[in-house]
Amino acid sequence: MRTRFQQGLDELREKLLKMGGMAEQAVDRACQAYRERDLSLCHRVLENESQINAAERDIDGVALDLLAMQQPMAIDLRFILAVVKINADLERVGDQAVNIAERVMDMMELPPAELPVDVPRMASAASAMVQRALESFIEGKAELAQAVLEMDNVVDRMRDEAFISLVRTMNQNPAVTRQALDALLIARNLERVADHATNIAEDVIFWVRGADVRHSFGIQSTLGGAS
Amino acid sequence: MGVGIEVESLNAWFGATQALQDIGMRIAPNHATAIIGPSGCGKSTFVRCLNRMHETLPETRVTGKVRIGEMEVYGDGTPAVLVRRQVGMVFQKPNPFPAMSIYDNVAAGLKLNGFRDRRKLDEIVERSLRMAALWDEVKDALKKKSGASLSGGQQQRLCIARALAVEPNVLLMDEPASALDPISTGKIEDLIFQLKENYTIVIVTHNMQQAARVAEFTGFFLLGRLIEFAKTEKIFTNPSDKRTEDYITGRFG
Repeated sequence: MRTRFQQGLDELREKLLKMGGMAEQAVDRACQAYRERDLSLCHRVLENESQINAAERDIDGVALDLLAMQQPMAIDLRFILAVVKINADLERVGDQAVNIAERVMDMMELPPAELPVDVPRMASAASAMVQRALESFIEGKAELAQAVLEMDNVVDRMRDEAFISLVRTMNQNPAVTRQALDALLIARNLERVADHATNIAEDVIFWVRGADVRHSFGIQSTLGGAS
Repeated sequence: MGVGIEVESLNAWFGATQALQDIGMRIAPNHATAIIGPSGCGKSTFVRCLNRMHETLPETRVTGKVRIGEMEVYGDGTPAVLVRRQVGMVFQKPNPFPAMSIYDNVAAGLKLNGFRDRRKLDEIVERSLRMAALWDEVKDALKKKSGASLSGGQQQRLCIARALAVEPNVLLMDEPASALDPISTGKIEDLIFQLKENYTIVIVTHNMQQAARVAEFTGFFLLGRLIEFAKTEKIFTNPSDKRTEDYITGRFG
């Protein structure tokens, strides 16, 4: 048993989970800020971004050291590669939260408008995907990750619906165009969060099963539907 | 050209101790195949069975089939000397003939077989030393310097040249770089890569990174059995057997 190596892997796992918690919290805070029109929450999301960025660099450093010093093989090698990629996705999730917070800040300078989009519902769907993708990482279970892939279509559809109805609103009521545009961008940010959760789930499957399932889910489900 | 090796139901014993159990393997021609596994797993015994070196030790026994190209290695009419001429071997510790010149080291096998054509001999020595990537370093002192005067890495390449001189089809290497520094190791590995064009190579190594670097196929041995045999990428990224994974990730062995 390579004790030091195992400690290194454990350290990497813990750091990534902490990073995941921060990214998830950032998205939740940004969406709460949207619901409650809370400027202070927006500021907290912006302030915490630097911590997420620092965590990303830290994790990459630990992963690089393990690759260079321990020459990992097989499942360990796949684990470290998966961590490096999940790390990048989590950092991007943090960026999406910042974008959402900035849109909320913009909206708060404008009069509130009734918009035909259920941002909280979309936010909870995207957030649940991130949470479950991280759970699949903690448990090392490919089945949990697989379930996340299946959720992505739901969020994509919500984004499409939001797009159609918000464009209609902009045409019918140009006075709220800016608010509608902000909401549209938020919907797009949330859809991107769901995409990152999907990437994370794919990386977990790669780590656990050694199978590359990227860009194949749509094809598989189409084939499954045809049979 | 290299030829394929087919191993079927191979068993080997040291006295009453069975060192290999029911090994089956098809080794592809003109590729390098690595044999890995913990100490005592039978990997050296396995390669020594491929050129009938195992039987040179007292109280040993082999059953099963080994076919190298068209040759039945353990066939009734197959002399061991013929097998060893077709299957060259390089050992862990470079073992040039210390009193002989560089030239005579390379020519030794041919001279032993009664080869006397001086000009042809010169040609073969040069070609073998070139293939072993040693020619440029020794060409000016071929007959002046002894094999023992070379560095460890050069000595190992001299042994490879010596093995190549008798024009084998297969080259067995038992830990060929484990006594060498990283520069010499790199040279041997580059050499293995080039030699694959003309030879079938089987390399026993404790160094898994080395197996990953030089071999297209890898076999993992444990307690005298072949546990897994697959493409090297598969073995080192996603092995099928838990025991292979535990070994290559350092969880035992």
